[in-house]
Amino acid sequence: MLEIKNLFAQVDDKEILSGIDLNIGAGEVHAIMGPNGSGKSTLSNVLAGRAGYEVTGGSVTFEGKNLLDMDPEIRAREGIFLAFQYPAEIPGVSNDYFLKASLNAVRSHRGESELDAMDFLEISREKMKQVEMPDDLMSRAINEGFSGGEKKRNEVLQMLLLEPKMCVLDETDSGLDIDALRVVAEGVNALRNESRSMLVITHYQRLLEYIVPDKVHVLSGGRIVRTGGSELALELEEKGYGWIEAST
Amino acid sequence: MASDNADLQRIADQEYQYGFVTDIDSDQIPPGLNEETVRHISAKKNEPDWMLDFRLKAFRRFSEMLEEQADPTWAMVDYPKINYQDIIYYSAPKTEAVLESLDEVDPELLRTYDKLGISLAEQKRLSGVKVAVDAVFDSVSVATTFKSELESKGIIFCSFSEAVQEHPDLIKKYLGSVVPYSDNFFACLNSAVFSDGSFAYIPKGVKCPMELSTYFRINSAGTGQFERTLLVADEGASVSYLEGCTAPMRDENQLHAAVVELVALDDAEIKYSTVQNWYPGDKNGVGGIYNFVTKRGACRGRRSKISWTQVETGSAITWKYPSCLLQGDESIGEFYSVAMTNNRQQADTGTKMIHIGKNTRSTIISKGISAGQGQQSYRGLVKVGRKAEGARNYSQCDSLLLGDQCGAHTFPYLEIENQASTVEHEATTSKISEDQLFYCQQRGLSEEDSISMIVNGFCKEVLRELPMEFAVEAQNLLSVSLEGSVG
Ligand SMILES: Nc1ncnc2c1ncn2[C@@H]1O[C@H](COP(=O)(O)OP(=O)(O)O)[C@@H](O)[C@H]1O
Ligand SMILES: [Mg+2]
Repeated sequence: MLEIKNLFAQVDDKEILSGIDLNIGAGEVHAIMGPNGSGKSTLSNVLAGRAGYEVTGGSVTFEGKNLLDMDPEIRAREGIFLAFQYPAEIPGVSNDYFLKASLNAVRSHRGESELDAMDFLEISREKMKQVEMPDDLMSRAINEGFSGGEKKRNEVLQMLLLEPKMCVLDETDSGLDIDALRVVAEGVNALRNESRSMLVITHYQRLLEYIVPDKVHVLSGGRIVRTGGSELALELEEKGYGWIEAST
Repeated sequence: MASDNADLQRIADQEYQYGFVTDIDSDQIPPGLNEETVRHISAKKNEPDWMLDFRLKAFRRFSEMLEEQADPTWAMVDYPKINYQDIIYYSAPKTEAVLESLDEVDPELLRTYDKLGISLAEQKRLSGVKVAVDAVFDSVSVATTFKSELESKGIIFCSFSEAVQEHPDLIKKYLGSVVPYSDNFFACLNSAVFSDGSFAYIPKGVKCPMELSTYFRINSAGTGQFERTLLVADEGASVSYLEGCTAPMRDENQLHAAVVELVALDDAEIKYSTVQNWYPGDKNGVGGIYNFVTKRGACRGRRSKISWTQVETGSAITWKYPSCLLQGDESIGEFYSVAMTNNRQQADTGTKMIHIGKNTRSTIISKGISAGQGQQSYRGLVKVGRKAEGARNYSQCDSLLLGDQCGAHTFPYLEIENQASTVEHEATTSKISEDQLFYCQQRGLSEEDSISMIVNGFCKEVLRELPMEFAVEAQNLLSVSLEGSVG
């Protein structure tokens, strides 16, 4: 599904990613853990094609295509979804208007018919229930005045609607209380299937109790310094990131 | 993020969709401005003496102003001196006689309005909303729809020329009563040479059952358009009125100097919406309309209300300040504005809220969007007179910059003579955030759609004030006007 080879990237002429290798097969869930500033968000931004994140070496292939050649919106339509660590607020644009436009952009790229307002309402209602999101959030401006938890739910709601092939979740657990964490994790788990892949970025092991990964990678200094099974997350939690840094 | 400004620029460059010319014979007078020109226009319209006198007084005052100082210089707009002798002051499509019905309108004109998306047929629009239209082509009104249906409610809606003939008492009473002929340079010019425009009178207690609208079209080369609009809402009456405007693409600048006067008596309400899309000139600033307009409403009656909503995307230069004189106690004035300048467009626009009566209230919401090398200024005056106890004003001016070659400026003026009043002013300037843009793109929206969505969101508080079906038009217009500002 996603093949990252010896990836180097810089921001403002500063190298942040220094040779990342990562292979995520169809249906696999990989977790990336790492201390603050290790480059986790940078990796997710590079995958999604954000301006200003310059790839200086290596390659990324998505379903056999060169991902780095695609504009960000094409990557999104091809099925790369990024649940943002800090979702943007867009005043004056209602959430439902935005989501419908987004879903229709993705649908028409897939050669599916665009949904009208009624169809959209039906589908979005169902998904909103899944993430226990109150109705009024749909008519409010995108993320404006949403609590931290509401923003994260909104990200997962969008993911449920768009049904991407590759979900990248950037610290979707941060700032959530235990109930919200459960809701978000259930939403994510509902999307797990044999063809959909996920890259779950987190600082804490807690989320991985709910979303059990096939593999865990530890990122430090822009490099993957260790890879293991889900037990690696527990080990990290016990020994702290200092343990990794000391042993590399 | 080096590519961003170039990116943003692509979205702002637009193809102007209404730039065609209608090939039609017209009846024109030669260019030039003197007393003869004024008499000539008046004679063409068969005007009574009182009307000619009004024009001549204005012409004499204008001649003095021209000698003293010429154009006003305080606005932040920059253009070469206009030679008022080069302009054609009257141009009308040739017609055989007075039209008895819409069927007699020249098919070429009907096709023109069709192309502009304006239906002169008396049918409901797709949305099911009825809209009465007065179509002004160069210097004359060519058709007014739904007249008889409106007449059955006692509503008068007709061209200004017709009103001078048919309703002289109303015109004599209200013309120049809000904007005196000597008010300012362009209003004075208009008072001398105005050619046509719309007139509406809503009688006591009548709620106008449909939107009234005037569609202005400049067609002929070398002409100026000087229209005059007068709306009067009698006690307890209400009306919603919309004007739209377009012009062909030409390399020379054309002058449009209009005057709009509104009068609201006790408990009356007027909602006046403008979607201004005059030709803005090309990317390098060649051509385009000089839109120098005086618009003012008088809330004469108690509890009367006048609300201006404007979406200004066109014109090379816009100079306009729709204002409210809040004379009646508890009267309300509102100004909602979106102004967009792209390429070399310049806009100096805003409002004046003059609180005279007690407990008068006003709201100003101004949204400015600049792209390319566009320059715009918000200029607003809030004046609270000595007797305006309990007056309240709230002003909010937000500017959005696309790219770093454009500019936005805010000039709020406050003149407070009564301390028992509340005046609040807020202003912000922002750029389209890279975060917002990327968020939209990551959800599959193209860069252009993303910017257009963000800009529309920025203008939401104003756009929602527009009548429903025009809100959609305005949204599309904003997107089109932004096209190409992203590289
Ligand atoms: N837009 C940016 N401009 C400058 N430096 C950045 C930017 N984004 C990230 N960085 C830097 O890159 C490093 C990695 O950041 P980030 O990827 O956000 O780490 P993480 O998500 O693992 O906390 C940090 O040193 C951070 O300061
Ligand atoms: Mg991060």
